Amino acid sequence: MFLSWKSGGVLLGLAFFLAVALVKPIGVSTQFVILDGLLWNAVDSAVVVADEAAKSGYASPNAYLDKSGGKYAKAVANPVNYGFIFVLAIALGAAVSGYLRGSFREKNRFMPEVWLANYGKTPALRFASAFLGGFLVLYGARLAGGCTSGHMMSGIMQTAVSGYIFAAGAFLAAIPTAMFLYSREA
Amino acid sequence: MTILLAILLGALFGIALDRAGATSPNLIIGMLTLRVLHLMKAILLAIGIASVLMFAGQIAGLVEVGHMSVKTAYIGVFFGGLLLGLGWAVSGFCPGTGVASAATGRLDALVFVGGGLAGAAAFMATYEWFEGTWVMAKIAGGNATLGTVPGIDNPALISGLRGDLLGIALGAVFIAAAFALPDRLSGSRVTVVPAE
Repeated sequence: MFLSWKSGGVLLGLAFFLAVALVKPIGVSTQFVILDGLLWNAVDSAVVVADEAAKSGYASPNAYLDKSGGKYAKAVANPVNYGFIFVLAIALGAAVSGYLRGSFREKNRFMPEVWLANYGKTPALRFASAFLGGFLVLYGARLAGGCTSGHMMSGIMQTAVSGYIFAAGAFLAAIPTAMFLYSREA
Repeated sequence: MTILLAILLGALFGIALDRAGATSPNLIIGMLTLRVLHLMKAILLAIGIASVLMFAGQIAGLVEVGHMSVKTAYIGVFFGGLLLGLGWAVSGFCPGTGVASAATGRLDALVFVGGGLAGAAAFMATYEWFEGTWVMAKIAGGNATLGTVPGIDNPALISGLRGDLLGIALGAVFIAAAFALPDRLSGSRVTVVPAE
């Protein structure tokens, strides 16, 4: 159902190359902030305000949305922008690909085999760990200024020093943690 | 036009992530436990191919050098990487694969995305802790590349080295590494007998 590592790698490599050749390097994690901003702005319209003095034309009382001349505030004010639509389109592409390989018909869609091998049928624990994992991943990605896509893949392909520093940190934490948590093989 | 490209390139990336197996937390955890290196080999090959094509395209004048966007290096990149690595291992997802996996109907991925929105909100609320501190102190002059890439004015870690040629050479190394890496580095290839 999945491609060989060679075909999968070629397809992924072409996606990263085409993105930088046509527009800019692929990145994902910023858009979690933009979606948060959109939700927040929907309940409190003072979160993003037009401000002619700001470089982007928008400002926010939140220091993070306001940073770099309000560029995130601007993206929240205009969600139909490249970065945000790109991430929505990832979901679209993956949904079509998943549908074609029957992913929606799989019975177990929340406990990976390696989870079952180590923790058995414990859905509540699995969902809790997925939520905690998501929290740590996005907090970490925003602290680092990028994620696996933006720092590791796009960064290293551009020979970015930051990409190597990020990859060192990510694997240094991830490999021992995974070996400890999932000591039994699936 | 930009929005059309966002749709086409985003969809291509989503399809590629799913078909390469990156939407499977089982394969991500397999990679991180060094038992199933399928994704590690695919990622190394992808970085290598993208790097060679981009830098060779720049030299041939076919790829706009100005499309490069090199992120700033600072202490927080390392600490953020550690935190991300922790959550990556716990859940089996990262931001892009989490979004893609949720879209294929995985419920744990959907919960991961919810946790991600909470984590990003927590960072927005606590950004002021880090702003202007040593955590944000730049390393190697900020948005540096390893060598000097002609056509952009980013600082270079090793000045005097041609960044584009280095990029092609490193890309070739990544491709070679993808082929050289075995299918697994740990664990045994035993048949698992179901517990019941």
